[in-house]
Amino acid sequence: MKIVKTGMAGTLESSDVMITVRDNNGKGIEIHLQSIVEKQFGNQIRKVVQNFLERFSVEEGLIQINDRGALDCTIEARLAAAVYRAAGKSDYDWENL
Amino acid sequence: MTENELGRMIPKKIDHIGKLLPFEGAYSHTPLVKKEKGNRELPKLNKLINSIEEVIVKTGLKDGMTISFHHHFRNGDKILPMVMNVISEMGIKDLTIAASSLTSAHSGLVEHIKKGTVKRLITSGIRGRLAEEISNGLMDIPVLIHSHGGRARGIETGQIKIDVAFLGVPSCDVYGNANGYTGKSACGSLGYARVDAAYAEKVVLITDNIVEYPNTPFSIHQDQVDAIVVVDEVGDPEGISTDAVRITKNPRDLLLAELVSEVVINSGYFEPGFSIQTGSGGASVATTRFLRQHMENRDIKASWALGGISGPMVKLHEDGFINRLLDVQSFDTEAIRSIGANRYHSEIDASYYANPLNKGCAVNKLNVVILSALEIDTNFNVNVITGSDGVIRGASGGHSDTAIGSGLSIIVAPLIRGRTSTVIDSVQTVITPGSTVDVLVTDRGIAVNPRREEIKARFMKAGLPVYSITDLKEKAEKIVGKPDPIKFRKKIVGLVEYRDGTIIDVIRQVEN
Amino acid sequence: MAKLRRTMLYVPGNNAGMIKDAHIYRSDSVMFDLEDAVSVNEKDTARFLVFKALKTLDYEGIETVVRINSIESGFGEEDVKAIVRAKPDVIRLPKTETADDIHEIESLIEREEKNCGYETGTVALMAAIESPLGVLNAYSIATASKRLIGIALGAEDYVTCLKTTRSPGGTELLFARSQILNAARAAGIYALDTVYSDLNNEEGFINEIKHIKQLGFDGKSIITPRQIEPVHRIFAPTEKEIEYARKTIEGIREAEKKKSGVISVDGKMVDKPFVERAERILELAKASGVLKDEKEGEND
Repeated sequence: MKIVKTGMAGTLESSDVMITVRDNNGKGIEIHLQSIVEKQFGNQIRKVVQNFLERFSVEEGLIQINDRGALDCTIEARLAAAVYRAAGKSDYDWENL
Repeated sequence: MTENELGRMIPKKIDHIGKLLPFEGAYSHTPLVKKEKGNRELPKLNKLINSIEEVIVKTGLKDGMTISFHHHFRNGDKILPMVMNVISEMGIKDLTIAASSLTSAHSGLVEHIKKGTVKRLITSGIRGRLAEEISNGLMDIPVLIHSHGGRARGIETGQIKIDVAFLGVPSCDVYGNANGYTGKSACGSLGYARVDAAYAEKVVLITDNIVEYPNTPFSIHQDQVDAIVVVDEVGDPEGISTDAVRITKNPRDLLLAELVSEVVINSGYFEPGFSIQTGSGGASVATTRFLRQHMENRDIKASWALGGISGPMVKLHEDGFINRLLDVQSFDTEAIRSIGANRYHSEIDASYYANPLNKGCAVNKLNVVILSALEIDTNFNVNVITGSDGVIRGASGGHSDTAIGSGLSIIVAPLIRGRTSTVIDSVQTVITPGSTVDVLVTDRGIAVNPRREEIKARFMKAGLPVYSITDLKEKAEKIVGKPDPIKFRKKIVGLVEYRDGTIIDVIRQVEN
Repeated sequence: MAKLRRTMLYVPGNNAGMIKDAHIYRSDSVMFDLEDAVSVNEKDTARFLVFKALKTLDYEGIETVVRINSIESGFGEEDVKAIVRAKPDVIRLPKTETADDIHEIESLIEREEKNCGYETGTVALMAAIESPLGVLNAYSIATASKRLIGIALGAEDYVTCLKTTRSPGGTELLFARSQILNAARAAGIYALDTVYSDLNNEEGFINEIKHIKQLGFDGKSIITPRQIEPVHRIFAPTEKEIEYARKTIEGIREAEKKKSGVISVDGKMVDKPFVERAERILELAKASGVLKDEKEGEND
């Protein structure tokens, strides 16, 4: 999926995550992670995000993550929403989500 | 024979008694009263000193000495910052601070440590910025973390030798009788401060409320006190006590409280005359509401409740469900009112409460205690001092004291907080050893320490959701995932002392 | 044992924290709401969140229900696509007015089940009736699909349509409640009552539970875990009821042994409806924890 605008999803409430996806001016994928459980789950969160981006062929984008202790399934849900919004698409691929 | 001051002939020595000292005048051996009483004026004796600085000079405080503070003013404490600022300006160095605990009101210590005014801390707990800085290696000497009972033991045995105790009090007369429940800065029980007053070399009271002599009933008494300083405010009332603690409306806390009450009533310890201690957390306080229901239904009354006392416990007392309250620390305005008003709401000091080496402390007579946890491991060891990121953010308090003293120690905590599991393979820091913990209550099930099989059988029979603690650990891990281990440096920033004075664990500097 | 549906706990579909723990309070069902609890701008994010949660988290046997948006709203069809794939136990359709509404949603669900390779009928259906027309059509709605496990009253919109407001006694809902209950019973499905939203009026809540229990409802939608305990408590049979139910069952067993058709318990004639009621009371008693399964606790 191609990122064409800024897409944001999620909240800053406990157990949630706010993710912003925007165009990265041709610099590929860049992930900025800020998390209250960075030390314990930072690597895991990055892995979940990278895995999703690969699965959905997102090759370019600046991903800003402000995590308040979200579970992996919440991170994926927020990322999916932000990516679809940023791609301006609504033909959701539920089978692969 | 010698002639004494009045001209009477006194023998120098008498067999079986020994040498005799002849009278040398009414004032010569009691220097404290000499000057004033000599005038035969009205008894205007007082110990008032004009300023903090003057009193520090008078106590003879020097580099390297140990000074103490109490934490009854909690987050509203103004005494420690006030005294430390003056000491710092006077240029005194290398002090040890032995505080009963340190709260978010004490972040200013960071600067005093950096400047060299303070070189060592002995305390039950540390929070906020000070705790973070210490975890990041602020101090050269590790902080000593003790329990409330352990501190009393340390002071009474001389392990902690206090040179000067600076004790804020909400009311005091000119001669040093002080209590905690009168005045605008009322904090209720002065239980922790009483140990310092009894054992410190020099005792300075600081108050914002001088009252008529004698200030009875008193917690700290005139015979212990060297000097008194009057200041504008000893604390910020809003930080000292919360408004009357109300039963929470948080559904998770209520769920936990209901489970805890089920655990208590099915444990075998719920019988006429039982005794109980609850903490100040939402779930712990709410347990009183559910217990009351069961007490009413089965016509069971408790003989006494211990510990930090809060409003809901007072209500049970005043409504006749608990005969007596033993109070080392009053958590809210209701408890503060009650300790002044109720004959059988008694103040106790920290040694009476939990000192393991005195002739008998209250925790030894306790049936049931409800405690919290930041982490608990599959061996039931409990951490209440460091967060899951390894940073100090809590207090040892009476945790290990009551866990071992009580017949039934219950730990209550949500299984998962955000993305952090409470039940893990090995806790970051052990405060209370698993061998003194009986039951874990989480919002997703209960676990019983295998050493208490008989209790487990009772819970199973009552249909409570009992799991093995390993099951709970795995259940949580399935939801949150497996965390990467926290990285620490070699440097030890904290020593955790068990209540008997041995070292149960160390806290290391966190890697950033 | 018949499934109990005394309490169906609303969980806002865009609240990650609540979705994570919805089941720990042990309501009989949890209902993730994509409809009124979610603003129009967040329909997509809530849908993703509920979808991922259902696919990932273990709700430990608690019935999962998703309230989707109506088809007319423009969000309902995508909701069905996502939610059927995530396979909750039940989809709840809001604002049902006619049997055709049910047929429409049923065909969407069936299409999606085929797309996913699920067996037809995997996801059950529940319909909320929230308008005067819906109430009048209650029976035809209740019998419109084999998938339907229950119909529920949604009172807030309904009372507005009636040009009245909700009162503590619930007089204005008497017709709708009776009609929906009667339709559900005639169709052999569950009847579920509306929410009670005045959280500060504990007495009013208790009265309403007693009222709907007496009418015959199976249970109620609830908006906070704090409402679970009162409903379960009031729906729990009393000791007297349990005792009588036991005697009835014993009596009937005796009679069967003796091959006699009619029995009497405490001097009263007892026949088939009594026995059915007795069985239901004992089941409810077990589920409410009032009556312990004799075998429980002795295995360990």
